[in-house]
Amino acid sequence: MTRRKQLIPFVLGWSIALAMFFPILWMILTSVKSETQASASKIVWLFQPTLRNYITVLAQSDYLHYAENSILVSFGGTLLAMALSIPAAYALAFHRTRRAPGLLAWMMSTKMMPPVSALIPIYLLLAYLGLLDSIVALTVIYALMNLPITVWLIYSYFCEIPREILEAGRMDGMSRWQEIRYLLLQMSLPGLASTALLSIILCWNEAFWSLNLTTAKAGPLTVFIATYSSPQGLFLAKLSAASTLAIGPILVFGWLAQRQLVRGLTFGAVK
Amino acid sequence: MLWPSVSLLLVWMIVPLAITLYFSVRRYSLMRSGQTRFNGLENYWYLLRDPGFLHAVVNTLLILAGVLASTIIFGTLFAWLYDYEFPGKRVARLLVIAPFFVMPTVNALLWKDLMMHPIYGFLAALARAVGINPIDWFGRVPLTSIIILLSWQWLPFAFLIFLTAMQSLNREQLEAASLDGAGPWQTFWYQILPHLRRPIGAVIMIEAIFLLSVFAEIFATTGGGPGTATTNLTYLVYSLGLLQFDVGLASAGGIVAVIFANIIAVFLMRSVSRNLRAA
Repeated sequence: MTRRKQLIPFVLGWSIALAMFFPILWMILTSVKSETQASASKIVWLFQPTLRNYITVLAQSDYLHYAENSILVSFGGTLLAMALSIPAAYALAFHRTRRAPGLLAWMMSTKMMPPVSALIPIYLLLAYLGLLDSIVALTVIYALMNLPITVWLIYSYFCEIPREILEAGRMDGMSRWQEIRYLLLQMSLPGLASTALLSIILCWNEAFWSLNLTTAKAGPLTVFIATYSSPQGLFLAKLSAASTLAIGPILVFGWLAQRQLVRGLTFGAVK
Repeated sequence: MLWPSVSLLLVWMIVPLAITLYFSVRRYSLMRSGQTRFNGLENYWYLLRDPGFLHAVVNTLLILAGVLASTIIFGTLFAWLYDYEFPGKRVARLLVIAPFFVMPTVNALLWKDLMMHPIYGFLAALARAVGINPIDWFGRVPLTSIIILLSWQWLPFAFLIFLTAMQSLNREQLEAASLDGAGPWQTFWYQILPHLRRPIGAVIMIEAIFLLSVFAEIFATTGGGPGTATTNLTYLVYSLGLLQFDVGLASAGGIVAVIFANIIAVFLMRSVSRNLRAA
């Protein structure tokens, strides 16, 4: 009986899953074809898979340079955002003032500003300072971009920690620094880790600031992939290989961070 | 310990906005050797009379409406389906949410060159295989194509949020209704949708924030074209500022984008909260 009951959800559920995933699957398949097979007018289903495109992309293009930039700005931006938001979240959660809800709401409301309204001044300012196409500038922008989300998430994790435990630590003569270091950060470590994971994903996939402010020197992978959009000659197989490499690691991160994604991006409206 | 975050955010928000506001009332083009002077609301006036501007506003709204509608309709249906148990559900769920983690430029080229390309694309090959003429997606229906690829990216987000919200659904009530003879559609319409009111409101707000500022997906596929067929407000400001170097005009566009986003936010907030009260 249960088997029959599960048949319809099984068929529909898996059809949807395969349909949604198909473009990615098609990209992965194309990445192990030869260029001629990739641009054949009839679909080539049976072929000898090859890793040649990956080798070409890794060896003959600047893929690794851009990948390094992606790692630097994503992890750098996340580190900076965490360093700024942990103290802020601590103050908001444990030294509750009447201003806390208002401050949090204001922080979230900064996300309502369309980034394009800041584009011209930021661009001109960076040009004036000689910081266009610089990793440092992009890292700082990414940290600021994610700051409202990281503060909010860490605040919500801190709020789940029973205050009695911190008080007990204080009774035992811990200094505030020890209290933060050995109790608070230890206990909220899973929460902090998933906050960082979400921030890394958002930085990795950010493409407004990276496309506008960086090119060959500091450009992350979003910029590298965009260079394939030029019309001179389609290299479908190589584009697919480069794209697969670019989304692979972050896809795994994303699968790991599903729950935090819901919690972080809805600002707790849905848990 | 609050002040570093708060002051940095304040600077990050206020300073660029103030400079944009200042530039927006000046005649300032980098093409004319940086000569600038005050010219009142002339930039705004010029912008508002430009048919391209109106077109950009309409495109922005169409993208917002198209993606919101498709992601919420399919998102709720998918979440409802995934509330049932079936073999391999956990793996299938991972496949459904995967598109959300694809970076915007990969998403753009994946659809433009691999799926929708009129000669090499998968959809074209599929069309030829069944004997239909392939569609030149980005040439003939560029805005629809953009809406499709954005929906593909944001549907997993809506799905994931609705699925999470489904966990707090009252199972006994569902069971009671099905014992009383409620069919699956009735269950969906009268029990699941009302339960999802709040998450739907959340999804609308968050998607709106991102969809009003779509950029990379347009940049890497159509470049705003053909003509201005896929130019939204964000892309218009970008092309005025960084392609035509008219700082004054682009800044006026930036300010209009802020006002526009706020109007949409207030409008959405109102209708969402009215829905919440009705629940």
